[in-house]
Amino acid sequence: MKPRHKRALIIVAGLVAIGVAALLILNALNSNIALYVTPSEVSAGKAPKDQAFRIGGMVKEGSLRRDDLTVHFVITDLVKDIPVAYTGILPDLFMEGKGAVIQGRMNANGEFIASEVLAKHDENYMPPEAKHALEQAQKNGNNK
Amino acid sequence: MIPEFAHYALILALCVALIQGVLPLIGAHQGRREWLMLARPAAQTVFLLLATAFVILAWSFYSNDFSVLYVAEHSNSQMPVMYRLGAVWGGHEGSLLLWVFLLSTWTILVSQLSKALDEFMVARVIGVLGLVMSGLLLFVITTSNPFERLLPAAQDGRSLNPLLQDPGLVFHPPMLYMGYVGFSVAFAFAIASLLSGRLDAAWARWSRPWTTAAWVFLTLGIALGSWWAYYELGWGGWWFWDPVENASFIPWLVGTALLHSLAVTEKRGGFKSWTVLLAITAFSLSLLGTFLVRSGVLTSVHAFATDPRRGVFILIFLILVVGSSLILYAWRAPKSSLGGKFSLSSRETFILLGNVFLVVSAGSVLLGTLYPLLIDALHLGKISVGPPYFNSVFVPITAPLLVLMGIGPWTNWKGSNLLVVIKRLWLAGLVAVLAGISIPLMMGEFTWLAGLGFLLAFWVIASGCLQIVRQAKAGKPTRSFIGMQLAHLGIAIFVIGVTMVGAYQEEKDVRMSAGDTVSVGGYQIQFQGVNVVPGPNYQAMRGTFLLAKNGNAQTIMYPEKRNYFSSTMPMTEAAIDVGLTRDIYVSLGEELPDKSWAVRVYYKPFIDWIWGGCLLMALGGILSISDKRYRIKLKRQAS
Repeated sequence: MKPRHKRALIIVAGLVAIGVAALLILNALNSNIALYVTPSEVSAGKAPKDQAFRIGGMVKEGSLRRDDLTVHFVITDLVKDIPVAYTGILPDLFMEGKGAVIQGRMNANGEFIASEVLAKHDENYMPPEAKHALEQAQKNGNNK
Repeated sequence: MIPEFAHYALILALCVALIQGVLPLIGAHQGRREWLMLARPAAQTVFLLLATAFVILAWSFYSNDFSVLYVAEHSNSQMPVMYRLGAVWGGHEGSLLLWVFLLSTWTILVSQLSKALDEFMVARVIGVLGLVMSGLLLFVITTSNPFERLLPAAQDGRSLNPLLQDPGLVFHPPMLYMGYVGFSVAFAFAIASLLSGRLDAAWARWSRPWTTAAWVFLTLGIALGSWWAYYELGWGGWWFWDPVENASFIPWLVGTALLHSLAVTEKRGGFKSWTVLLAITAFSLSLLGTFLVRSGVLTSVHAFATDPRRGVFILIFLILVVGSSLILYAWRAPKSSLGGKFSLSSRETFILLGNVFLVVSAGSVLLGTLYPLLIDALHLGKISVGPPYFNSVFVPITAPLLVLMGIGPWTNWKGSNLLVVIKRLWLAGLVAVLAGISIPLMMGEFTWLAGLGFLLAFWVIASGCLQIVRQAKAGKPTRSFIGMQLAHLGIAIFVIGVTMVGAYQEEKDVRMSAGDTVSVGGYQIQFQGVNVVPGPNYQAMRGTFLLAKNGNAQTIMYPEKRNYFSSTMPMTEAAIDVGLTRDIYVSLGEELPDKSWAVRVYYKPFIDWIWGGCLLMALGGILSISDKRYRIKLKRQAS
């Protein structure tokens, strides 16, 4: 093989590799993104229907209820409340009145079935997504 | 008074670092020997000043000086001494001080161990390091001064986040930073050679051991972090594709590509511009990692209190570093792209292919990490990219690397007969296929992913063993050969661990009352009850669990739920029974209304192989640095 051909072959192989990678990446990005939605948006019906999504907000005081290993609580942006059910062990920092981010889907009864509950690692720390939801709700409230 | 002295030392260090960064570079350019000579003493002075500042900060923690704001925020008089010292880098300001201190440590090492190098080169390398140092010191002094006072002094400190009160934290950040910062040496060598226009094999030989050393530290640092997350976060996972983990993993991937590309540059004089570009990229990504972690744009365990000024400063610094080095690169990089001639079946080709896969995988991780930030910045909404993305992209891109790893070491530089190579490797292929089929069947369930994992891992192991035997027969193998084999073996061990855990782990969340038994992975775990146990700065609820296999008692496990006095946040401390072929992991959830407990029980087969593999990789790196070839050639240069 001539050096020129060899170089061309290497470049083509490289491009093919990058192309396949790009395909993989785009495909994976498409199906694995979770959108952040605020509780107000959920109750306005703006949440994705057939895809898991994330809600940020506060865990409402006094809403935590246990039923064997399943936990029921309410996540709120202080304007709208969304009931949530989660089966499993909650993270250490999950507490009433603190911020949390949850991932999952809505069921037919309007309850959010969480597959993942994320509370952050520092007690003084508010997840930005939860903060964002509270700020949004406040802003919309002021506009009314 | 003493903390002010340290603050003063920082400012003085900045002034000296500016001298170290500017004068030797100009001196090297204009051939002024007396300016060149400033490089070493300036670097030594900076080191002494920063060591002073660092020791004083450690002393402030040791002596509980809560008039220092940083100490008051991250320590507490009840904390054990070890964690008080670990808390020095438990927050933003201190960890940046550690960053600059380690940078000056690397600088000193370079200046002391490079006596055999030509002095223009050394002056340039130290000069570039001085410029980087100046930028970071300016950052520390203007936005993140660890010696700021708190007046009046606090009665007691706020204590360190309980999650961080752990031996893992004491060692994880310094290791990781040694790696991050170590790439600055490779970067400085690359920039110095661009400046001098002397981009030759000698340059690659000089920077190779330094790059390997940085890579070893980074490997250990990442492994320690992963191990810490496994036993401390109480979730039993070893890698979460958390943005901050990615921020350390991306430089590792590029650094690995750099190591291999440097080998080609040293041995064959090829890939020069590519190698230089990788060196610049590896360090830029280390800086980007620091930016992502420290600016608070990412949310994770590592995100400390956020201050937008800091993010902007690092961003500008990053743009300056990347921009100026890329301009220099465009201007001075050698034009010949592939260097010496080689055929398609040569070792160069395999290393090049490996490089492509490593860089593309680094790019895919980078994309997944930055994508949510990008979307947010463009006001297109808030999204998160989760582990499924990374798993489905990263695995297919890196799997071919293992195939290459089995063949590449058998090929020769310039070119070799692939047929001969394949003939030597048929046994390895056979072993791999057998392992890929039989191990999943032995574990009880065949999945294609598990089969592929074992196939690739045993392909690398068998190929490596065959080659070691062959080399041993031919004569005494060099240390760098054994190092390379060991590191590749480490990858295979790592892959076995990942495959086993991924395919055959068992996780159970259960409700248990005293006397209940749960079984997992062929083990029975009996809950005995919970009692209260006092600790130095916390009180723990300690559970007692009996671990048995087929009715034979094995051991007793004590997971804890701790309440630290200085914090309202409870802490789960898992109990882990470690074994060569499996870990049993028990952690306490919360107490349920009827006095029973939510308990999480895991069976994790071969999980310790993950970190064992990393350890082997690091060991391989250390062995190859110790290869006598580097020293002999340096001596020859001196004479």
